[in-house]
Amino acid sequence: MTHPTGARINNDLIRPLLLTSWRFYLLVVFFGGFVVAGVIAWISQMYYGFGIAGLKWPIYWAFYVTNFVFWIGISHAGTLISAILRLVNAGWRRPVTRCAEVITVFALMIGALFPLIHLGRPWLAFWLFPYPSERLIWPNFRSPLVWDFFAINTYLTGSTLFLLLPMIPDFAVVRDKSTGLRHRIYRVLALGWRGTPKQWHRLESAMQIMAIAIIPVAVSVHTVVSFDFSMAPIPMWNTTIFGPYFVAGAIFSGIAGLLIAMAVLRKFLHLEDYIHPVHFENLGKLLLVMALLWGYFVFNERLVTYYGNGPAEMTVFWQTQRESFAPLYWTMVTCNFVLPVVLMGIRRFRTIAGCVIASFGVILGMWLERFLIIVPSLGHKYLPYSFGSYSPRPAEIVITGATFAAMALLYVLFAKFVPIISIWELKAGEHPSPALIPPATAEHRLGELHL
Amino acid sequence: MPRWGMAADLDRCNGCGACVVACHAENNISTVGAGEAARGRAKHWIRVERYWEGDFPDVRVKFRPVLCQHCDNAPCEPVCPTYASHHTEDGLNAQVYNRCIGTRYCANACPYNARFFDFFNPSWDKPLHLQLNPDVSLRMVGVVEKCTFCVQRINAARVQAKAEGRGVRDGEIQPACAQSCPSRALVFGDLDDPESEVSRLSRSPRGSKLLEDTGARPKVTYLARQA
Repeated sequence: MTHPTGARINNDLIRPLLLTSWRFYLLVVFFGGFVVAGVIAWISQMYYGFGIAGLKWPIYWAFYVTNFVFWIGISHAGTLISAILRLVNAGWRRPVTRCAEVITVFALMIGALFPLIHLGRPWLAFWLFPYPSERLIWPNFRSPLVWDFFAINTYLTGSTLFLLLPMIPDFAVVRDKSTGLRHRIYRVLALGWRGTPKQWHRLESAMQIMAIAIIPVAVSVHTVVSFDFSMAPIPMWNTTIFGPYFVAGAIFSGIAGLLIAMAVLRKFLHLEDYIHPVHFENLGKLLLVMALLWGYFVFNERLVTYYGNGPAEMTVFWQTQRESFAPLYWTMVTCNFVLPVVLMGIRRFRTIAGCVIASFGVILGMWLERFLIIVPSLGHKYLPYSFGSYSPRPAEIVITGATFAAMALLYVLFAKFVPIISIWELKAGEHPSPALIPPATAEHRLGELHL
Repeated sequence: MPRWGMAADLDRCNGCGACVVACHAENNISTVGAGEAARGRAKHWIRVERYWEGDFPDVRVKFRPVLCQHCDNAPCEPVCPTYASHHTEDGLNAQVYNRCIGTRYCANACPYNARFFDFFNPSWDKPLHLQLNPDVSLRMVGVVEKCTFCVQRINAARVQAKAEGRGVRDGEIQPACAQSCPSRALVFGDLDDPESEVSRLSRSPRGSKLLEDTGARPKVTYLARQA
């Protein structure tokens, strides 16, 4: 295992910014095509009417809200993980933090689109803003959707700051290495960074504050998302476990998303010297912990429902356990529990490939989990006469696909314009300089596990 | 202030569906067409639920007209982010179409599935488009609509009574469903007036509320079948 240093770090990590191959354009066109298709689908949905989606009475939330919860879940990858790793001072975090934090920001941006996409009249979404209207009508602060609005905006603001702050020194590096227009752009972005001890100290303090502040925000965001369901008197929704269950699931899917992103970056940007198998190993262990925690929550939720034996709950329960939703349910259990526990639990499989396979399973499983929370309950709500089923139609499928492409597209673009590995943090880990780095961060080196 | 409510005598309901038709006509509920209806997009502010009991040939059919129950503790109201779904002073569960942005959260929270989303702009099979009710606003695509207890009739009766310097008499207001019910299974009136027919029926030992254990405190009382 080699540890690149100094100038090589600069060269390796800035190379993707300065040299552009045809592959980059191909990827942008490829993912961009899907995104354009998604935008067309959304515009048609507004133009022709919401009816071109597959929703129907009484299942009024399905794919869009599933995607919403899913992407907000993915967003817990970054900020939360990177903030925790920062606070516990895990030295191995250094090459991982930025690609985690950027997942957060992009996944939040995509997730926050879905409340708009799913609105019957999206052009009136601004009514959720608590602005002083001439008729003195405020949003309904009792509504979990309004809480969502505030929670997501807070999280988006916080995580954007958390991403942008440590990018400043790296923008300065790019500024110093580039010429022409690029130099002028990065000069603005670097905000006059000179690398003085005072500036370093302020940056470190700001990062410490943000890391501490962002954790309660991240936990509360997904709890509030879970309130969208648990506040309504619907069988299998109205349960107190949803808060922690959703937060655990969010971190779980976030780690999976991060592992996939890391593997892709490592392969295509040739970052083998920076992202080592040990990073996958460590995050794989984290994935294993979260898989066990997720399994505990699901077992808990199901057992309590089964034992309580309420008629409305049991209808939904059996729908997922052995009736029409059973194939999806057991796929979810396999993907979310069996697969990651086997692959991540056995040391021999905890390789990069093993991590990626487990992560794809978890991504699929967690998407299904959200779908299975939403749809069977709405379709089997108390009165058997009004039971219903749901199947998606092209509008929903295209828009869902487009969001995954949008994530990839944003990631490709980001990696083009910003060093995807934090250069200064990596160097700080390599050459701890007491003058520049607070004592707490100086003692851990890349590759060592301090968790 | 009155507190409007309804009683539905299941002994009298024969499942004819006249209430459904009358409601469509009175409230300008758009017909969505056969294809959309088969897809589950039909909107019936009142529906007659049919339940079968026993095995053939010993089958008994039960009818239950289900409409918005105008719950006192309505689950649809707190969840609406824009106050489109809110409680009026006389206990009606009102839906302000112009304020609705179409989150459909209210429809999800409703235990009775009594709320309907407009998937398209309204249209009617000819010649139904010639019989729209001028007293009821049309609903555009993307909003949620539901039974209003024929609020236009309530308001008209109230204005009339005020003009004549008296209170609204029991039985003076009839929602379209109650008016068209041939067996008089549906009775509408003021629950706070102990003398009114609806309040007398609501106190009947045969009376019960639908899904009472959800805590929604519905204002429609169902009188159990005896026959």
